[in-house]
Amino acid sequence: MWIYEKKLQYPVKVSTCNPMLAKYLIEQYGGADGELSAALRYLNQRYAIPDKVIGLLTDIGTEEFAHLEMIATMVYKLTKDAKPEQMEEAGLGDFYVNHDNALYYNNASGVPWTASYIQAKGDPIADLYEDIAAEEKARATYQWIIDMSDDPDLNDGLKFLREREIVHSQRFREAVEMLKEERDRQRIF
Amino acid sequence: MSHQVQLPKEFYPLMEELQVVDFVLVELTLYLDTHPNDTAAIQQFNDASYYRRQLVPKVEEYLGPLQQFGNSYSSYPWNWNQAPWPWQI
Repeated sequence: MWIYEKKLQYPVKVSTCNPMLAKYLIEQYGGADGELSAALRYLNQRYAIPDKVIGLLTDIGTEEFAHLEMIATMVYKLTKDAKPEQMEEAGLGDFYVNHDNALYYNNASGVPWTASYIQAKGDPIADLYEDIAAEEKARATYQWIIDMSDDPDLNDGLKFLREREIVHSQRFREAVEMLKEERDRQRIF
Repeated sequence: MSHQVQLPKEFYPLMEELQVVDFVLVELTLYLDTHPNDTAAIQQFNDASYYRRQLVPKVEEYLGPLQQFGNSYSSYPWNWNQAPWPWQI
């Protein structure tokens, strides 16, 4: 089971109401390499992977939900005071008529989240390589969003998330090596 | 709909301290998942876990229960479902 904790993993601040930045950020909420994809990808892969890496997938998958909540908080704070005209100016007019100020799992272009963003091949190496790639793509996406943003408070939170992608990628690379070692041991004996 | 909620000023440094120790814990957790034989890291993990246990009640004094399902006590009236939620702080 999972237990919710009533706090953010890292403080989220935004300087001003800025629906344009929210529009970009939603990529990491409901986009292909976003936090929802990450959490669901890792937690779902656990059932067909060697015991040695189930803990890692569980813990990173769980942390991704904490990141999802941080992104949601950023989007919420960037848009909560936005008037419909501001949403429209930011290119969120079509989002607004569907969702008002609610959040929704779509990417920056408005395409809704789909399970086809994630894979489960049942082959441990293939699955872990996908996870490494996903972390690197998410890291790159955070960098592009930081490049587009002129909000220092928001960027502080985004830089934290960018660094977490690097750590996750590193841990997944180590998991690949652990599985290779195990495989080689079995061949020798 | 909701709004920003102001908590007593003593709350904010305590929450930050909890976020700091939790960062140590998540880093050590992921590290130990791939380095399970690192004694020093396990010692650090257990020290941080102990530190966290001392800190949580101080945060909950201001925020109310951090967790549910029996991991936190409730005062009267039931205060788990009271604002602020994390995005309202």
